[in-house]
Amino acid sequence: MDALSSLADGFAVALTFQNVLLALLGCFLGTIFGALPGLGPSNGVAILIPLAFTLGLPATPALILLTSVYYGAMYGGRISSILLNIPGDEPALMTTLDGYPMAQQGKAGEALALSGIASFVGSFFATWGLVFLAPQLVKVALLFGPAEYFALFTLAFATLGGIASRNQAKAAFSAALGVGIAMIGVDAQTGVPRFAFGEVHLYDGIDFLVAIVGLFAVSEVFIFLEHRGEEAHAEDASKLVNRVTAPLSMLRKTAGTMGRSTVLGFLAGVLPGAGASLGSFIAYSVEKRVSDRKGTFGKGDPRGVAAPEAGNNAAAGGALVPMLALGVPGSGTTAVLLAMLLALNITPGPLLFQSNPDVVWGLIAALFIGNIILLIMNIPLVSLFVRVLLVPPKYLMPAVAMIAFVGVYGISGSTFDLVVMVLFGLGGWLLRKLDVPLVPVILGVLLGGQMEVNLRRELTISNGDWSALVDSWLSITLWGLAIVGFILPIIVGSFFRTNVGKGRSRESDDPD
Amino acid sequence: MSDRILGVIGVALAAFYIWQATLIQESFMSDPVGPKTFPIIIGVILGLSSIYFIIKPDPEPQWASVGRTMEVLFAAAVLFGYAYALPIGGFVLTTAITAMFLSWRLGAGPVQAAIAGATISVGIYVLFGVVLGLSLARGPWGF
Repeated sequence: MDALSSLADGFAVALTFQNVLLALLGCFLGTIFGALPGLGPSNGVAILIPLAFTLGLPATPALILLTSVYYGAMYGGRISSILLNIPGDEPALMTTLDGYPMAQQGKAGEALALSGIASFVGSFFATWGLVFLAPQLVKVALLFGPAEYFALFTLAFATLGGIASRNQAKAAFSAALGVGIAMIGVDAQTGVPRFAFGEVHLYDGIDFLVAIVGLFAVSEVFIFLEHRGEEAHAEDASKLVNRVTAPLSMLRKTAGTMGRSTVLGFLAGVLPGAGASLGSFIAYSVEKRVSDRKGTFGKGDPRGVAAPEAGNNAAAGGALVPMLALGVPGSGTTAVLLAMLLALNITPGPLLFQSNPDVVWGLIAALFIGNIILLIMNIPLVSLFVRVLLVPPKYLMPAVAMIAFVGVYGISGSTFDLVVMVLFGLGGWLLRKLDVPLVPVILGVLLGGQMEVNLRRELTISNGDWSALVDSWLSITLWGLAIVGFILPIIVGSFFRTNVGKGRSRESDDPD
Repeated sequence: MSDRILGVIGVALAAFYIWQATLIQESFMSDPVGPKTFPIIIGVILGLSSIYFIIKPDPEPQWASVGRTMEVLFAAAVLFGYAYALPIGGFVLTTAITAMFLSWRLGAGPVQAAIAGATISVGIYVLFGVVLGLSLARGPWGF
């Protein structure tokens, strides 16, 4: 087994003192980001990227820190779902349906323990899936030429809204906006400036880290300012938690649920653009259909807690597969992680597995370690995080904003970048109000340049013949998938929307 | 209505973008596609989706009251000011003032906000500047 020996090498990389410490820190911060309503995985990762970057962390430790945050947020979201009936982040939305009723019946401790274990099962097996599936995908990706990559990027944009997408025109609009921003700066192939308007700062283009932190973190501060005084109070949360254990009988009863939900969540994560919210949604709805014989779902059924939690954690692992193997992120947060890699001058995709195996396998090993850390943090130590929920946003959000500024200022020390970041914050706030999804903007800023490079490379090879874009079975398949992926939500989207439309599930909220 | 306005702005933006793209100078060394084509394609997609908003707008979103919108814009103005003041006034002072302002506008009392601002600023300075050695803006006082 090739993958297993690589994984063993990965453990050698991950088990250094510094890396374990970073995994611990990442898991801790991630759980907090997940638990706090309003801050989700992509926000958490976006704020920490510039910091990791300016601290001069090398690729592997930086990735370990940030993916630990990502995994941690998937664990943490459930805490406020169960205790407060407010999802801590979007993927935890489905957990409120049965988690909060359980808490009201005095079973908050059981619900927290069970969902912690379900989260562990989901992400543990999804990480195994990553170990075995990613190298297979790499083999396919090695056959890719520029035409195939161009089609793959189109596929990523076309499916980004996911199957529950509301308005494909808005997804296309925001993707075009992002790619358009990526065009700013000196053209790498001919050396002519584009859309720079003579402004020297624009010759380098817009730094995607600045765009990401602005769109996610700064716009979140504006959202909080707008909704001041409307947030729910969390004063009694700490009293609700009794002992955090789940009886064995409950675990036995939910074992099948966890298994099914893990598989479904993982598959949902691997699909480009779907992400953890879709994973938890599909896991919950399928589980309801399969095992809700007595109509107990929605009234505090333990299976209704286990299913979405196993589902969203499995999807988080699944979303890393296309990000690492193809360089095309499977969800919002993995798009942000991709930014990290690009900032470190590492191009994900098949070559990453060949040229930097220590990064890939060290990261995967760190995910296994992180999972065990998270299980410990989220069951015996969960009351620690419950206390964090009590920090009111009026103290928390200023700190978040200031840390965002420190991170971006640290990269370049330029006022111009800070101004651009606030502009992106305002733009992000406006787009969120208009229900335009933000993830395509980010993905466009990240991948727009690559997309154009591949297009031009292919046409240079073919001497200007555009039909070269569709002259292999691989690229035709990718184009076909892209078209289906773009049209499908228009047909089946209404079905999903009526089911998922409960609570705050605006498309543009903090994505996963 | 909001979506229609977005659509009109989007069409204008797309037109401007395509116009600017046609103005890009061709260089003597070029490839078959050139630096203009891809931006023009993107501009067309931007324009088409904007036209769709005008034809088929979504239901009206929930806008904030005028007061709250002003609040957001004013906060943005303060953050712009912070961006310019940071290299001049140094990290600790400007950050304390900005964090105090945000905390106050998010609902803390004046005294609470002042304490929060100072704590956040000094806390970040100690954690990131002193412990982790990040380069923060140095003002006239070196902090």
